Amino acid sequence: MKKAAFWIAALAVLGGLQLFVRDIVGAYNYQILVLVGINIILAVSLNLINGYTGQFSIGHAGFYAVGAYTCAGVVVYGQEAIRGATGFLPELGQNTVLLLVGLLCAAIAAGLAGLAVGIPSLRLRGDYLAIVTLGFGEIIRVLILNVEAVGGARGFSGIPQLSNFFWVYLGVVVTVVTVHNLVQSSYGRAFISIRDDEIAAEAMGVDTTRFKVLSFVVSSIFAGIAGGLFAHFTMYLHPNTFLFTTSFYLIIMIVVGGLGSIEGAITGAILVTVLLEVFREFGAFRLVNFAILLVLIMIYRPTGLLGSWTLVRAGRRPGRAA
Amino acid sequence: MKLPTFSSSVLLLGGLAITSCSGGGGDAANEILIGEYGSLTGTTATFGISTKNGIDLAIDEVNAAGGVLGKQLRVIVEDDQGRPEEAQTVVTKLITRDEVVAILGEVASSRTLAAAPVAQSNGIPMITPSSTNPKITEVGDYIFRVCFIDPFQGFVMAKFAATTLKVRNVAILTDVKNDHSVGLTQVFTEEFGKLGGRIVARESYSEGDTDFSAQLTSLRARNPDAIYVPGYYTEVGLLARQARQLGLDVPLLGGDGWDSPRLTEIGGPAMNNSYFSSHYSPQDTSQLVRRFVGQYQERFGEVPDGLAALAYDAAKLLADAIARAGSAEPAAIRDAIAQTKGFVGVTGTISINAQRNADKAATVVRVAGGKLEFVETIRQ
Repeated sequence: MKKAAFWIAALAVLGGLQLFVRDIVGAYNYQILVLVGINIILAVSLNLINGYTGQFSIGHAGFYAVGAYTCAGVVVYGQEAIRGATGFLPELGQNTVLLLVGLLCAAIAAGLAGLAVGIPSLRLRGDYLAIVTLGFGEIIRVLILNVEAVGGARGFSGIPQLSNFFWVYLGVVVTVVTVHNLVQSSYGRAFISIRDDEIAAEAMGVDTTRFKVLSFVVSSIFAGIAGGLFAHFTMYLHPNTFLFTTSFYLIIMIVVGGLGSIEGAITGAILVTVLLEVFREFGAFRLVNFAILLVLIMIYRPTGLLGSWTLVRAGRRPGRAA
Repeated sequence: MKLPTFSSSVLLLGGLAITSCSGGGGDAANEILIGEYGSLTGTTATFGISTKNGIDLAIDEVNAAGGVLGKQLRVIVEDDQGRPEEAQTVVTKLITRDEVVAILGEVASSRTLAAAPVAQSNGIPMITPSSTNPKITEVGDYIFRVCFIDPFQGFVMAKFAATTLKVRNVAILTDVKNDHSVGLTQVFTEEFGKLGGRIVARESYSEGDTDFSAQLTSLRARNPDAIYVPGYYTEVGLLARQARQLGLDVPLLGGDGWDSPRLTEIGGPAMNNSYFSSHYSPQDTSQLVRRFVGQYQERFGEVPDGLAALAYDAAKLLADAIARAGSAEPAAIRDAIAQTKGFVGVTGTISINAQRNADKAATVVRVAGGKLEFVETIRQ
């Protein structure tokens, strides 16, 4: 009952906000608000693998790209069929079905990609995942560049605008709740034990490969969903959006916010996205100032702004971030 | 918290505050605000900077001559770091926050395509100086350009190869990561075929590559009379050097992506005997071009490239349209831009056609001894 009430309340609040949020904050702030939401989904999901499971993935943009292009591809090419099958619904209902089908495919595609990358590379201990994920991100981008059906190097245009504040922040709520429940469960304890000491975890009977792959796949799935939401918000995709620098910005978000804390990932995502906009005032010094700020944060808060602090905790203190 | 590090960081923060003083509100009554977005940083920073220089020069000229409608023009520039989603965000900012009446930009078609729907849906006219992808102006009736489009450029080079150079067998090297290169390859192949030529080999490379010996060796085996390389100057320079080393002495042909002072810097003597289609030639002897080149050189210390020239024309055309509209209302400006006929710019005489593209001629330029020479003008 309590769960159902939570979801109904979340839907009502977000749906209500959607009606007038754009008029209150203006189009520019609205755009940033939505991008913040997408970055929160990405940062929180990346935090699951980098922060909680202690594996260093630097190819999150690859899964983001898989999700974005899959969702856009399914919607653009399957639009007629889906609209035909749901012809009895009003326009809004059709759009909802269309977006949900797209997001489902995006999640599946990104999850499968995560599985394909995770199984071979997570069997090993050490930095192999970093190398493999970096390579994966680039492979995906180069593949997309060569697929004419999704625009190739010209970019994918003509994507309908289906996602908005409501859908993005619903995605945020779903991601945060899922990741939170996951890390508070016995699975989460297994993730954290792998991060703190992989050998000890294995000695205690944790199937480390299985849990690492699980964490990685869940993380990829949410990155895929974020990609789908992004594609249908901006209505145009280009492989340059998914350069490895995007992965690095995501890592900056979780490190600045505090590895191994959902609130930290959220804080980092908000801070990085908003600061980069606020710093436009500085003109040419924008990125320089951003870098200075990052250095300062790392000097004074080496474990990130929030460290591994969490607001909601089930009577257990997680270890320090690795 | 140690004191010395603390005080040094206070200094840093002070630095932050000082650099932030560049912003500031304008005097709305006496100014017309124009937005500009471009890649001032990132891998294609030279594009953004050339464009900004061209626009600055044009706007300062207009303002020095008394402005437009008795008001001064002020350009607000935003950097998109060469990223499409940033382009969309900054254009949203320019329109809704700064309330500009018109927008100039971008160079790369991918960024223009990402941002154009924003301008269209807000009813703000946008002129791209140099995005050649045909899809851009199809976004809507508020989107214009002052350059020719990819199909025309491919046609120009095909015609030049077939009728002026009189070559029959051409090999193509495409930059597959570059939408512009892929587009030119497609059109060149079709047009050159129609003119009786033959494409004897096709190879590809990717933006950022430095070794082209495998592709060039394979092309050499087919004995082409010329090689069409519609890429950007960075790779073309390196590629030309390696081609000459392999004994491939045939002319290289290219598009406007070659147009940069850095082309001959990187390629050196290997670039000799190469031709590319361009928007204008700095060697053009018309008074307008001579004056533009002179002033640009005086102010920025280099010969303006095609992007700077197009940006200059785009800004001048916009100022002219605002004056003709007699009002700084975006809708009135849009109508005036759409009615532009026979506007004389440094890149040629521009008329905006029904598809909101520019009807104009292209220039073929020859590289010789580190210099660019004007060869001929080709019309549709």
